[in-house]
Amino acid sequence: MAEPTLEVRNLRTHFFTRAGVVKAVDDVSFTVERGKVLGLVGESGSGKSVTGFSIIGLVDPPGRIAGGQILFKGRDLARISEEEMRSLRGNRIAMIFQDPMMTLNPVLRIDTQMIETVQAHRKCSNEEARQRARDTLGMVGIPSPDERLKSYPHQFSGGMRQRVAIAIALLHEPELIIADEPTTALDVTIQGQILAEVQKLAATTGTSLIWITHDLSVVAGLADDIAVMYAGRIVEKGAVSEVLDTPLHPYTAGLIGSVPSRNKRGEPLRQIPGMTPSLLNLPPGCAFRSRCPRAAEPCMAEPAMEQILPGREVRCFLPLTGTTEQAA
Amino acid sequence: MTVYLVRRLIQALFVVLAMSVIVFVGVFAIGDPVEILISPDADQIERERAVQALGLDLPLWHQYLVFLGNALQGDLGRSFVFNEPALKLILQRMPATLELAFGAMFLSILIGLPLGLYAGLRPNAPASKAIMAGSILGFSLPTFWVGLMLIMVFAVQLGWLPSTGRGDTGALFGLQWSFLTVDGLAHMAMPALNLALFKISLVIRLTRAGVRETMLMDYVKFARAKGLSPARVTFVHVFKNILIPVVTVVGLELGSTIAFSVVTESVFAWPGMGKLIIDSINVLDRPVIVAYLMIIVLMFITINLIVDLTYSMLDPRVRLETKGT
Repeated sequence: MAEPTLEVRNLRTHFFTRAGVVKAVDDVSFTVERGKVLGLVGESGSGKSVTGFSIIGLVDPPGRIAGGQILFKGRDLARISEEEMRSLRGNRIAMIFQDPMMTLNPVLRIDTQMIETVQAHRKCSNEEARQRARDTLGMVGIPSPDERLKSYPHQFSGGMRQRVAIAIALLHEPELIIADEPTTALDVTIQGQILAEVQKLAATTGTSLIWITHDLSVVAGLADDIAVMYAGRIVEKGAVSEVLDTPLHPYTAGLIGSVPSRNKRGEPLRQIPGMTPSLLNLPPGCAFRSRCPRAAEPCMAEPAMEQILPGREVRCFLPLTGTTEQAA
Repeated sequence: MTVYLVRRLIQALFVVLAMSVIVFVGVFAIGDPVEILISPDADQIERERAVQALGLDLPLWHQYLVFLGNALQGDLGRSFVFNEPALKLILQRMPATLELAFGAMFLSILIGLPLGLYAGLRPNAPASKAIMAGSILGFSLPTFWVGLMLIMVFAVQLGWLPSTGRGDTGALFGLQWSFLTVDGLAHMAMPALNLALFKISLVIRLTRAGVRETMLMDYVKFARAKGLSPARVTFVHVFKNILIPVVTVVGLELGSTIAFSVVTESVFAWPGMGKLIIDSINVLDRPVIVAYLMIIVLMFITINLIVDLTYSMLDPRVRLETKGT
């Protein structure tokens, strides 16, 4: 068995604000194998983006990694210097952001923004770098890349910009790409195209992907594994097909139930009552307790991540094991 | 681009025309120069002859048309006091004011940009807080007082710098410039710094605000995620974005620096346009006042045009829009 591309162990990223410590990521562990796609799912504020930024070392103060290990091919990214981290960023680990309208610098041409990325990690002439940029743009399906290189970001549509951002992420053929809701801001047809493109690239280059999203349908089609986050913790993880078919955690079940297409027409849409608790003063015990239809006495204590079925881990005292019931 | 330029020039023409009417009528309303120019002992005949010679007996609209006709031939009237063409008088003084204003601009960018950049990148450092506090002083201390203090410290007590005049000048393009000689530069140092003080503070604050805003943008985080060096992120990705507001404001400030360097020129007895206009207002030398104001209007229009053009160089989005029109 080959070494996994990324192994995150007990990661804690906390924000030390004046109002108190915000545990945005609290005791998160997961593994991404080579060439596999991990879907990191959760509501807004569940800590999934902060997890991504922690891996790539871009957590801004007052936040910092307060504990745990981020083993990238055996090397702990939480311990290396900023300079070492920089040589990995954009090179071995790349990131794609949510809003393609905002990720490209509006006053720099596409070629500038691509060539600088090539030259940040490899000594080569402008011409070689441009060649590489052109090839990569072609790879992500941008027509007439030569011409497009000379354009500015505002001359592209949203989907095209996201392709450019993906091309920039691919310039150095990284081992790991962290995609932070990269298709959320795009319309569905473009989203479909980009997902297909990414899937193809991951399969052909052996790149591992962490796909951060709140859209379960995207994860269903793209990911191999899934990790569901709630209030800074992973509450359930496992293979995508199994987790989506038979969710163990009431929260996962609630998320799946909230997808409108799963409801019958005319029925009121299902939802999870309440909202995510403030991470600033999380109540003791299970964080989902107040919204959980199955909450009971034991939930006053803090549940631990336990493997209750082969390859299935869940953080719940009263998981939905073996039953066919669905959380309302 | 050309269409845009031509349109701008036609607009400018109308602005100049409108301004000339306002200025002419305005100066006419201030007072009658005859009272000041002609000695009280003069008899009625001498008075009328003088009034006629100056063309002051004609009705206002007629005077304006004569002025306009002459202006089109490059003649903005003769000074009542010096009996020389007003334009020539002003142009003689212009280099002194221009080099002072440009010196001040240069200082404000040279000092303001780096300080603002530092304060924006390290908002919580003690040095940044000191810079920001200093900029408040720069804003609020009156120019004339700072000028006097500068003279007191550097000219009177330390004796390092001369306090008045332009010093030795060197010739360039047939004009005399102080910045071409060491002595001239020494003379320029204090007035230029004095004039720059407000603008330094302005540039510091603009730059800091711009940096702090830009640093939060996704494209800066993305640039860092690409593995670029901090220097590249700061000086290419952030810097080019903050230059847009800085160029606008500095450009517009250049106009007002030239037009209103009156105080500094008076404090340091700098023989520029500002001093000339103050003297001319005192004796109601109408042609000089009118000519001066017209030149200032032209200058503002030119600077605005240059700012817009620079803008389009810095911001590609502006460029496209102008192409489309």
